[in-house]
Amino acid sequence: MQVENKEWKPKIVAFCCNWCSYAGADLAGSSRLSYPAEVKIIRIPCSCRLNPTFILKAFQRGADGVILCGCHPGDCHYTSGNYFARRRMTTLFSMLNYLGIEKGRTRVEWVSAAEGARFSQVMNDFVKSITELGENRKLEDLRCKE
Amino acid sequence: MQGIEKAAKQRAEELLNSGEVARVIGWKEGDFSYDVSPATFTKENVQDFAYTPFCGANLSKYLIEESKKEGKTAVFLKPCDTYSFNQLCKEHRINRDNIYVVGIECDGKIDVDKIRVRGVDGILSASDDGENVAVNTLYGEKTLKREDLLLEKCRACKGKKHMVSDELIGEEKDDAPRPRFTMVEKLENMTEEERFAFWKKELSKCIRCNACRNVCPACSCVNCVFDNPASNIASKANADSFEEKLYHIIRAWHVAGRCTDCGECSRVCPQGIPLHLINRKFIKDMNGFYGEYQAGVNIEVNAPLNSYDVSDREPKDFDSKE
Amino acid sequence: MKKIAVTELNSVFRAIAENADLFLPVKKSGQTDFCKWEEGDKVDLHKLKTTKSAKNAFFPQIQDLVKFQVSGKEITVEDPALPDKKQVIFGVKACDAASFDILDMAFTEDFPDTFYSARRENTTIVSLACNKPDEACFCKVYGIDASEPKGDVVSWIVGDTLYLQPITDKGNALVESLSDLLSDADEKDVSAVEEKKAEIKEIIDRLPYSHLNLKGFDGEHLMEKFNSEKWGELASACLGCGTCTFVCPTCQCYDIKDFKTNKGVRRFKCWDSCMYSDFTLTAGGQPRPTQMQRYRQRFMHKLVYFPSNHGGVYSCVGCGRCVQKCPQMLNIVKVIKVLGEKKDNE
Repeated sequence: MQVENKEWKPKIVAFCCNWCSYAGADLAGSSRLSYPAEVKIIRIPCSCRLNPTFILKAFQRGADGVILCGCHPGDCHYTSGNYFARRRMTTLFSMLNYLGIEKGRTRVEWVSAAEGARFSQVMNDFVKSITELGENRKLEDLRCKE
Repeated sequence: MQGIEKAAKQRAEELLNSGEVARVIGWKEGDFSYDVSPATFTKENVQDFAYTPFCGANLSKYLIEESKKEGKTAVFLKPCDTYSFNQLCKEHRINRDNIYVVGIECDGKIDVDKIRVRGVDGILSASDDGENVAVNTLYGEKTLKREDLLLEKCRACKGKKHMVSDELIGEEKDDAPRPRFTMVEKLENMTEEERFAFWKKELSKCIRCNACRNVCPACSCVNCVFDNPASNIASKANADSFEEKLYHIIRAWHVAGRCTDCGECSRVCPQGIPLHLINRKFIKDMNGFYGEYQAGVNIEVNAPLNSYDVSDREPKDFDSKE
Repeated sequence: MKKIAVTELNSVFRAIAENADLFLPVKKSGQTDFCKWEEGDKVDLHKLKTTKSAKNAFFPQIQDLVKFQVSGKEITVEDPALPDKKQVIFGVKACDAASFDILDMAFTEDFPDTFYSARRENTTIVSLACNKPDEACFCKVYGIDASEPKGDVVSWIVGDTLYLQPITDKGNALVESLSDLLSDADEKDVSAVEEKKAEIKEIIDRLPYSHLNLKGFDGEHLMEKFNSEKWGELASACLGCGTCTFVCPTCQCYDIKDFKTNKGVRRFKCWDSCMYSDFTLTAGGQPRPTQMQRYRQRFMHKLVYFPSNHGGVYSCVGCGRCVQKCPQMLNIVKVIKVLGEKKDNE
């Protein structure tokens, strides 16, 4: 656990859907709402584009938390993509926890293009909770850390 | 069981001799009772056909290739194998028109490792009277209770009914499905740290032989993502403890909703890793979250991960106990 | 000859582990494999066959070959240090002990593998006779004596006592370093060991596979074997997994792979299996596109190519792991029986 080291900052990967959440992040930026610099955004066409391998690869490469943001259920640009993503992430997160991975490492939040403030608040909150959880040790690849 | 074997063999001969089918997929005995192999029979070698308590292997995956061949192929399928067969038909991997399914009665198959783990070494042969298994070894005779020796998949038998068949040999008993989530529940009730330790111990035994993947009827991709260098996750070895988790999570994920819980992965694992516990967790979750679903029963129904409901739970609510 | 009570062996392990890495069969989560010994480990010397063979000690599943570290426009190349720590492998059975000679032919002859050679050099092998060979053993076919394995030190367990007989200088040095813990064996002990050896030989003689006939694999008739029509039937159930190759003590094929770390590339060697669809895959494609061809390659290599390249030595030691571990129960014995044995009457 990384409690003593006050300098430690988590690395967060945020997968954002092109149509809502990425635009939401953009709005947060243009509205001068701040979110932590630890968050690295990766744009994906739709939340259902998120292959579970991406999440695991992010952890392998050193991420401490992974968050998926998409359109609110019902608002998907492709009608139903986020409904599928919701089922997939629910079962995947449950599996990760079953294998002993901390529950808080992964999260899904729905952020629309109009919710710049919400985007900033979600990211602040996620970074805070990952900081409390500490470094990702259970899904790390030591070869990437040398 | 001997009566069934005789009837099955006779039927295999008839099918071949009448020219109804060009080949029969079944099992062939080896030297020690337990070393039964799947085999392809024609008129010339059908005398080797066997159906014994060690015929645990699921033959349905072989049909992907066999159904492409000229002429019909007959296959002997135990009740649990028919789920896999159905699932493969659903995924258009088997040309159903080229296959003649002979459903065959099953009263549970024996796991040779469960004999060995009881300290019985040098197994020369074994015979089964339905209650007990008499094992003849280099170091004397041993009698063991049959129930204790069943394969994991048989301990969690889904029932004795065939999901599909063109004809039946033996009877279809009305056995109720056995409980199969006991161990999954036990793990769920552990703490995160205990679970992590459990899986670390189990998965660190993995030697990446890929037997679980290659035997799995749901793993029918022509080129697996783990064999494809362009996928960036191909690897032949667990070069880091991360890799074994990646491999097993992604493999189980790729078959989630399509896995019929045929238990072949655990049967073949040379390191005895309880891989079925990963698959069964997915099954249990999907049952709990999205309603009961058993892959391979009805080929018309969409799998849980291929469908949705607007009122589905949110990902953060995965562990609110049902 | 020296002796020690089996119950006292932990003190020996402790003493060895002080100066060397000690590998021995340890039971973890129900499986026994050669592991580096740590205090408190459940040592399982009686286990006849570890799942993986003892070759791991010289030819580990993964071996880093070189690291490229990238920083800005600079690339530094780092050679990993050669393994220089002393190793002791304890409790190696006769088949595994004999497999080291076969691996030596592959790794130390024409193009020496420096990692393998260094480990081999630094290792003292303590072998252990097999008290309870099982039905799948056929080491006798290859002239291996399970009652008197090869090794720097040979040991026997008779009742509750372990007897150690050093054979080589390395073995003498090891036994010497343990002299405080071991006591001398007297004549009665020697005859007890002899009795045990005779008992083991008697069991080996009545093993079902002890009298397999390899006459058909005489290093010639290569094309005849290669073109045999039987391969199709033999290989028809093969899944193409790597279980047989990964548990085999003599399989020696490896692949070289690159792993992209966050700061560069790590190039490593890892076991490969001729059963895999990407085995020896080149830009031109796979030279053996069907599973039958790959299956044939494995056994042709063990029973025909290797002996014709190495003075008649087969690349198999008859441990029987493949007999017991193949998911579909295909194995080298079934191949020998179909393609090798009948040559006798010709």
